[in-house]
Amino acid sequence: MNMEIIREKIGSLEFRMLSPKMIKKMAVVKIITPELYDADGYPVDGGLMDIRMGVIDPGLRCRSCGSRVKECPGHFGFIELARPVLHIKYIPQIADILRCTCWECSKLLMSDQTVSTWRKKLKRIEKTKGILEKWKTVGTIIKRCKNITKCPHCGAKQNKIKLDKPSTFYRDGIKLTPIDIRERLERVSEDNLEMLGIDPLAGRPEWMVLTLLPVPPVTVRPSITLESGQRSEDDLTHKLGDIVRTNQRLFENLSAGAPQLIIDDLWDLLQYHVTTFFVNNISQIPPARHRSGRPLKTLAERIKSKEGRFRRNLAGKRVDYSSRTVISPDSNIRPDEVGVPDVVAKELTVPERVTEWNKKHLLQLIKNGPEVYPGANYVITLDGKRKRVMEETKETILKELEPGYIVERHIVDGDIAIFNRQPSLHKMSMMGHFIKVLPYKTFRINPCTTTPYNADFDGDEMNLHVPQTEEARAESRMLMGVGEQIITPRYGLPIIGANEDHISGCFILTQKDRVLTKKQTAHLMSLVGYEGEIPDVKGDVYTGKQVFSMLLPSDFNYEGKSRQCNKHKDCLKEKCESDAYVCIKKGQMISGVIDKNAIGAGGGKLFNAYLKQYGPEKALDFLQKVALLGIGVLDTFGFTVLPSDTDLPQSAVKEIKAILNDAEADALLLIERYKRRDMQPYPGRTMRETLESNIMNVLNRARNKISKIVERHSTEGENFTMTMANSGARGSPLNLALIAACVGQTALRGSRIVKGYSGRVLPHFLSGDLGPTAHGFIKHGYKAGLNPFEFFFHSIAGRDSMMDTSMRTPKSGYMQRRLVTALQDLKSYYDGTVRDAEGNVIQFSYGDDNIDITKPVTEPFDVEKIKERVDDGKTSK
Amino acid sequence: MMEKLLNDVKEKLPESLYINVEKLTKEMKKSDAKKYIEEVLERYGSSKIDPAEAVGVISAQSIGEPGTQMTMKTKHFAGVTEMNVTLGLPRIIEIFDARRSPSTPTMTIHLQPDIAKDEMKVRQVAARILEICFEDVMSDLTVDLLNMRMEANIDENSMENFNLTLEDIQKALKKIFKKEKINILKSGVVRVQSKADKSISYLYHIRSKLKSAHIRGIAGVKQILPIKKGDEWIIKTAGTNLKKVFAIPEVDPSRTTSNNIYEIAEVLGIEAARNAIISETISTLKEQGLSVDIRHIMLVADTMVFSGNIKGITRYGISGSKASVLARASFEVPLRHLFGAAIHRELDDLRSVVENVMINQPIPIGTGLLKLLVKKEEEKK
Repeated sequence: MNMEIIREKIGSLEFRMLSPKMIKKMAVVKIITPELYDADGYPVDGGLMDIRMGVIDPGLRCRSCGSRVKECPGHFGFIELARPVLHIKYIPQIADILRCTCWECSKLLMSDQTVSTWRKKLKRIEKTKGILEKWKTVGTIIKRCKNITKCPHCGAKQNKIKLDKPSTFYRDGIKLTPIDIRERLERVSEDNLEMLGIDPLAGRPEWMVLTLLPVPPVTVRPSITLESGQRSEDDLTHKLGDIVRTNQRLFENLSAGAPQLIIDDLWDLLQYHVTTFFVNNISQIPPARHRSGRPLKTLAERIKSKEGRFRRNLAGKRVDYSSRTVISPDSNIRPDEVGVPDVVAKELTVPERVTEWNKKHLLQLIKNGPEVYPGANYVITLDGKRKRVMEETKETILKELEPGYIVERHIVDGDIAIFNRQPSLHKMSMMGHFIKVLPYKTFRINPCTTTPYNADFDGDEMNLHVPQTEEARAESRMLMGVGEQIITPRYGLPIIGANEDHISGCFILTQKDRVLTKKQTAHLMSLVGYEGEIPDVKGDVYTGKQVFSMLLPSDFNYEGKSRQCNKHKDCLKEKCESDAYVCIKKGQMISGVIDKNAIGAGGGKLFNAYLKQYGPEKALDFLQKVALLGIGVLDTFGFTVLPSDTDLPQSAVKEIKAILNDAEADALLLIERYKRRDMQPYPGRTMRETLESNIMNVLNRARNKISKIVERHSTEGENFTMTMANSGARGSPLNLALIAACVGQTALRGSRIVKGYSGRVLPHFLSGDLGPTAHGFIKHGYKAGLNPFEFFFHSIAGRDSMMDTSMRTPKSGYMQRRLVTALQDLKSYYDGTVRDAEGNVIQFSYGDDNIDITKPVTEPFDVEKIKERVDDGKTSK
Repeated sequence: MMEKLLNDVKEKLPESLYINVEKLTKEMKKSDAKKYIEEVLERYGSSKIDPAEAVGVISAQSIGEPGTQMTMKTKHFAGVTEMNVTLGLPRIIEIFDARRSPSTPTMTIHLQPDIAKDEMKVRQVAARILEICFEDVMSDLTVDLLNMRMEANIDENSMENFNLTLEDIQKALKKIFKKEKINILKSGVVRVQSKADKSISYLYHIRSKLKSAHIRGIAGVKQILPIKKGDEWIIKTAGTNLKKVFAIPEVDPSRTTSNNIYEIAEVLGIEAARNAIISETISTLKEQGLSVDIRHIMLVADTMVFSGNIKGITRYGISGSKASVLARASFEVPLRHLFGAAIHRELDDLRSVVENVMINQPIPIGTGLLKLLVKKEEEKK
């Protein structure tokens, strides 16, 4: 490939109609025969695969430009139609013009005076309200002229023009041929066209009736060679073949003087083929089909919809220098690194220009070649030729390498790459990671960085892109880098942070009564990669808080609240009974417990404070250490989910049973009252709806009570599941209650289950039974196991929620696509305003205060908090 | 000195922040205040949005991304006393689509403070607001084809409930039926006599007209529900008619709202509609437990209303009225836009993002916006 740099920049694009002259001008060949290849398989001259229109076979040269396959962009041909046909996509315009102009004098059916006032009006509207408003006004003009029956200019009577869809016009019951129509359109003056919404400079209306048909280059409709050696042509080629064939027949019949009937039939057939060549899903006519019965994919279908040219090939493009594989976790690489398999590292390359200073190094890489790891795959010479590094070529390349050459070397540790997981819902779905080359075949990421990607390791795959220019690398590092993306612009808190085990670990470490021996402390610190001294403590007994403090710098202060905070009006601060007041002074943890609120992904306040004070580089380092500490703690002290976590004491079981019985009794009482009609319905509700809502209430209240009981009993003693729930690592007390005690009411579309047989859901129940059990209340917990009918109810609820999810994903995806297309051109300006692509001011200052939510030191930007900081003697200088 | 300092700040800070700064500095020593103000300005300066930032995309993503986490459950019974309202993703889509009327229109009516605490009075107002149709007070309607008339029984129970008299009904019906004779018999039967020369289908037309005949209240308000919020009573309604409700003297128009954004735009103007879009979106997101910063919602709302009319985020709204042909074509219905462009001789200046992506040029946003000017040697001197 020649590396010519194109310095031309496209400034603007203008859209117009194609004139027959232009069609002829851009064509290199007139197509006259439907034949494609001769007996030797060589493209026929004047056929649809004529090599003047471009080449698709390797080895051949284009006869128009002399280039080979892939170099030749392709050239148009044309077909001279024996009789003109209508362009299907311009039918509405043709109809408007025919109806709004006089049949005799071809003037607009409007007096000259009204025309001139409308013309002024149009100009004014275009100036003040924009071009889109102008077309709306054109619509009203058309509406006015349509039904005028007498020409104000020549007084001729106007007959109704009827359009028989898709493309046949009748005037007064007589069919109009495209020739008639074309002749009519030719006579319409430019001034009148403007009033009908057609720009005179865009082209003449008679061009809407085709006399010549452009034939797209061979390169846009390549044929493929099947394994059997047989050629299979593109849909467009098939359709063009039909057109040429019909056209030839029409020519022959015309010159032979065939009866009008035959000519008309052929003419209609030609119209059909040309129509389906443009659009093949017009509702009034059957789509043209392939031999196999599959509808042909013609021009319109190539452009349209998600798989069409616009969305598939123009707005989104395929790329080189990318890779995709399964991901797996690795806590020992930094959160802003990505582990790349060595196999991949040998395939992906970075171009590096040879200079005096790196020549030696690059020579070594070339010597290593593509097979030995830090090597090189290609070399680009001074004249832009790309040479593959191989055993045979190595020697010459090594000899000729000089400054100015570009070596495509393997990626190495420290190179930047863009890592991505689909669906890319926000900008944190594509972040710049530093490459770390590792053995085995998966991409490795630090579990702290999973949240922004919404990734897990159950088989997820991710993509990696290696930026190829200096600018792209700089942007990947400085704008897309993981460090720059820690804070989500959605709500201004870190989206990267500790997860699951990291949180559980730090949580149990910082519990009030947790103590460690010096040995344990030293072990933990070695796991973390701590590099300082281990402070001496009396009796060599370290509290968990002291151990955690070792990761904190000595000038770090923090105040915050843990999840256990009861939100008392008067905070007891350090003396908080649930140790929920997290206080760090000068790098020493004084009180509180570390949990999700402090370090968790999606809102870790302590991590946020650290980030704002020390910057992303150190913050990610800290985060990794916290994560490793958490894992280390769990390793040292042991942490597992036990079946006994869900055990309940006899007393609790009894309590729960009582609550269930009460609830059932209450529900039955309600039903009793309902049957006696002794019940006040809620306004706007029927009696039955009121009953349903009351029963749901009673049962839900019961479940909540049970959940509270389970929570209370599970907090006694060591319960790992509750520890996870309390720290915010995973799960909730409700999850535990579902297992241990009672699943509760199942719901189908927000209400109790009533579907099934008449009067009952399942044959297990009596007809008309309104009780809890008969309509989906599940008394048992998962551990005790469900009854057959309870299981059935549970499946109903499960399927309902699955339906909900599967309906929601495309809906919300479409909403997001619409939001993005509507807002994508908005940008902030130097003066703080937000404007769209045309420069319309959307906001005078972004968000009313011009603040980028990811930036303030205090979140959100809070002048009071700044005061506190100033009082503490902390200023930015 | 102090004043000068504050004036200086006033120019540089947005109003919302300045108010607080002014309040805080009041009790400070001058030297402290100076130090503090300097710090505020420094912090503010470093927190400003970067020029050329793609704020639109950030906002769109910030709202779109949590969409996957929202529920689709349309109706919702929050406790017993709340109204049925559309929530979650469907509601968000409804707001951004700028539909003419929401699927569950409701008003929240606040009353003047002096009566808002009195339950009885509130209930009285509520009763006046509720729309009562003839259908609500009648029990069975018979059509007498022979005599070309209709008869309906008046349900005394509901008459009592609604506090209506037979005269009220007669008056209301007379207003609606000018050509027909209205008789109310003592037995509580309403008789509507049509002229004999009319057709039977006309009689049936009259029948449906009679059923929906407006007797009292505000048109469109199908349900009322007085509920207690704090120490005040407010009225929730199903069905909206802000204009008429504002006319009731007991209603506090400054706090009364509707969830119909078009209605708000009509009655209170486009700025109010903007605020309605913002508050409706925020409350929907909040109810789902999702946090999205207000500036994103503000940006979407501003984009929807900046032209002076409410434009939805649809192919007929914002995305369909873009200046660029290719931008419109790449969104939806590309063929229509392309052929339209051809006959109108449209010019695409390639000023927005997608077109430049299509033709492989740097996009005019972020780092792609910057251009470097090179000073030539001779110019330097």
